[in-house]
Amino acid sequence: MTVRILAIDDSPTMRSLVARALRGAGFEVFLASDGVEGIGTLADADPHLIITDVNMPRLDGFGVIEAVRTSGSHSGVPILVLTTERGDDLKARARRAGATGWIVKPFEDDQLIAVVDRVLGR
Amino acid sequence: MAVPDDFREMFFVECGELLESLANGLREMEEPGYDKETVHAVFRAAHSIKGGAAAFALTALVTFAHRFETALDQIRSDRLLPDARVMAVMHRCSDCLADLVGAARQEDEPNTAQMTALLDELDRLSGEDKTGFGFVPLALDLSPPVPASGLVIRFAPQPDLYLSGNDPLALIHALRRLGPAEVALDASAVPLLEDWTADECHLRWTVTLTGNIAPEVIATVFEFVEDCCEIGISPLSADSLPAAEEPASFTPVPILLAVESAGDPADETAIAEPASGPGPQAARAVAAEAGATIRVNLDRVDRLMNMIGELVIKEAMLSQVIDTVGLSDNLDVAAGLDGIRQLADEIQDSVMAIRAQPLKLVFQRMHRILREASEATAKPARLITLGEQTEVDKTMIERLVDPLTHMIRNSVDHGLEDEVTRQRRGKPAQGTVTLSAAHRSGRVQIEVSDDGGGIDRGRVREIAESRGLIAPGTVLTPTEIDQLLFLPGFSSKQEVSAISGRGVGLDVVRREIMALGGRIMIHSVEGQGSTFSIALPLTLAVLEGMLIQLCDQTMVLPITSVQETLRPAPSALHGIGQAGRVVANRGDLIPIIDLGCIFGLRDQRASLDDGVLIVVETDSQRRAALHVDGIVDQRQVVIKSLEENYGRVAGVSAATILGDGKIALIIDPEEIVLSCAGDAGLVPRVLSANG
Repeated sequence: MTVRILAIDDSPTMRSLVARALRGAGFEVFLASDGVEGIGTLADADPHLIITDVNMPRLDGFGVIEAVRTSGSHSGVPILVLTTERGDDLKARARRAGATGWIVKPFEDDQLIAVVDRVLGR
Repeated sequence: MAVPDDFREMFFVECGELLESLANGLREMEEPGYDKETVHAVFRAAHSIKGGAAAFALTALVTFAHRFETALDQIRSDRLLPDARVMAVMHRCSDCLADLVGAARQEDEPNTAQMTALLDELDRLSGEDKTGFGFVPLALDLSPPVPASGLVIRFAPQPDLYLSGNDPLALIHALRRLGPAEVALDASAVPLLEDWTADECHLRWTVTLTGNIAPEVIATVFEFVEDCCEIGISPLSADSLPAAEEPASFTPVPILLAVESAGDPADETAIAEPASGPGPQAARAVAAEAGATIRVNLDRVDRLMNMIGELVIKEAMLSQVIDTVGLSDNLDVAAGLDGIRQLADEIQDSVMAIRAQPLKLVFQRMHRILREASEATAKPARLITLGEQTEVDKTMIERLVDPLTHMIRNSVDHGLEDEVTRQRRGKPAQGTVTLSAAHRSGRVQIEVSDDGGGIDRGRVREIAESRGLIAPGTVLTPTEIDQLLFLPGFSSKQEVSAISGRGVGLDVVRREIMALGGRIMIHSVEGQGSTFSIALPLTLAVLEGMLIQLCDQTMVLPITSVQETLRPAPSALHGIGQAGRVVANRGDLIPIIDLGCIFGLRDQRASLDDGVLIVVETDSQRRAALHVDGIVDQRQVVIKSLEENYGRVAGVSAATILGDGKIALIIDPEEIVLSCAGDAGLVPRVLSANG
């Protein structure tokens, strides 16, 4: 079965990098360029995992988490936050918001895949 | 991370857009009552650049972007007041960031001196000490002693684990991948059925891993859940069995059973069900990057444009053939030909629209130029840009950067007065330079104007005389004095200040504009300021031309320079001096130039009884009546560079191919008029040096 991942990032470069890494590992990847678009994609993509950037126009990463967690049908989907910060502040914030985990930029492709695999239990 | 080049290029393209929105945002932040979202957008731009730069290991860029972003964060959280002083630093940071991106793109060494100086200023502003990146290394608070033969991991999630989307099953999977594992489930905490809810986790596990496994690796597995789980790691003593470590109530359960009971039902469904929901089409539509634009290699568009040029030529040829075989009166043929012509026009317009880009791309860059010029000359100044959305051909955009840069610097340096003088004249201390663009009668008009003192014509005259550009005492009109600014050699290194100088004078600006098929004019009012106007063709590929007959040649005159055509009465013609001839027209005397003689097509001037006079006006608003044998047609012609295919010919700007396949030269009226200025005796001799 193909595992579907929704990646939300306002930077086309980051989107492409994430998509490339995930597709290379055999995932089906859906992309959205901000939180609003990401939430709009939720029903269609029906993802097993969401990877979202934090700083985005319209709806940021925390907004995405909140929206997903209260979405009913997708409230249990694991969400990884993509961030440049390694500080405890952000982790705590992400946790409070209901994030499953985080990936610190920059990352190697295998690091990303390792985290994704871990969260998905693959 | 090893990233392919096309991702790198994509990153730099993205950086360009981000830098633009950053610079725009900073400018908006200087307006009173700006939108708070602007600060967020500016912050995001710096942040995204940092994120991307980190992916490409561009250390200097990351360092700088991070500090810049920190300062912006302080502004957006109202911890730093964006006053004029702070904003000045922010602008310089934005410039520095642009420089660092530029250096990274060129794979040059970054300018660390500039960067360090700004970092210091940022530190001063935010009153922070230098804590470097502010990135805290990942802290591992789990530090059991190094295991001898394995680890026993006790894992007791809090009931709300599922709320974070974490799945204990996944974690156990991750542990099992580290080595041979035995998993024991403790279901003792599971409540009775009436109290049980599916979204809470009441199970606990003990995993015994054998092998030499570093505790850090285990810590990584639990990285995301360390706050919502009790985790205990202890070394596996050689003789201890996993079960022995458990409380009595722990009942080992095979892992598969644990799996089935542990998962969040909703989550399980999501993983277990095949992709039943979204059809492949919907998936593709979503997966495709949103947006209705595509990036196309410029070469392809150029090729298309060339082919359209050929189409225009072929159409002209076809029309000629139809004429020759006497079919042009046939209504069906004429209608068909008309259709093709119209279609060719439309295709040409469409391709031009593809190549067209808003002048915004150049205009945006001028803010920085102005800021730097203003700082260098200590003259407070602001730049207003109007008509940024006016579109011109992409090639032109690139080639406008240098001339406009020079003109903006020139406006600040030579146009604007210093602060004291301005105040004495009752002007605001801050000078204003306006950069505007608009479409005007088939051309693009770009104006650079300042509210400075206007051209000091007495001084210009002095300089021109001292440099031997004009004879002392030459009688010149104000417009003619202004034109002196464009003479090569007017500005010299001693006179030009560090900022607008660099050994480049307005003559170079003028040459560059002319190379684009444009022209430049000055309008200056003493005490009120000067305006430099540039008129550019919409495209470099096609030109609306008047086809004229000259001896056995057909030549093309750009229609934009043609004012009117005359067949003057003999009484309107006058001789001046030995060789000069002028025609009286609407109260003006216009010098006559015999184009046939100019191009060496005939030795003797043709009689004015034959042929037609075409009145042209040049950049410098100089008029002349070109004497030609006849007017053949007016039509669009495709511009083919003569310099690329043959060489430079005086008085000719380019060539084209006519319907009969013959080559026709496209006349440059400016050059013709200037080179013949002396001949007519009406124009100061000095200007002929220009041609």
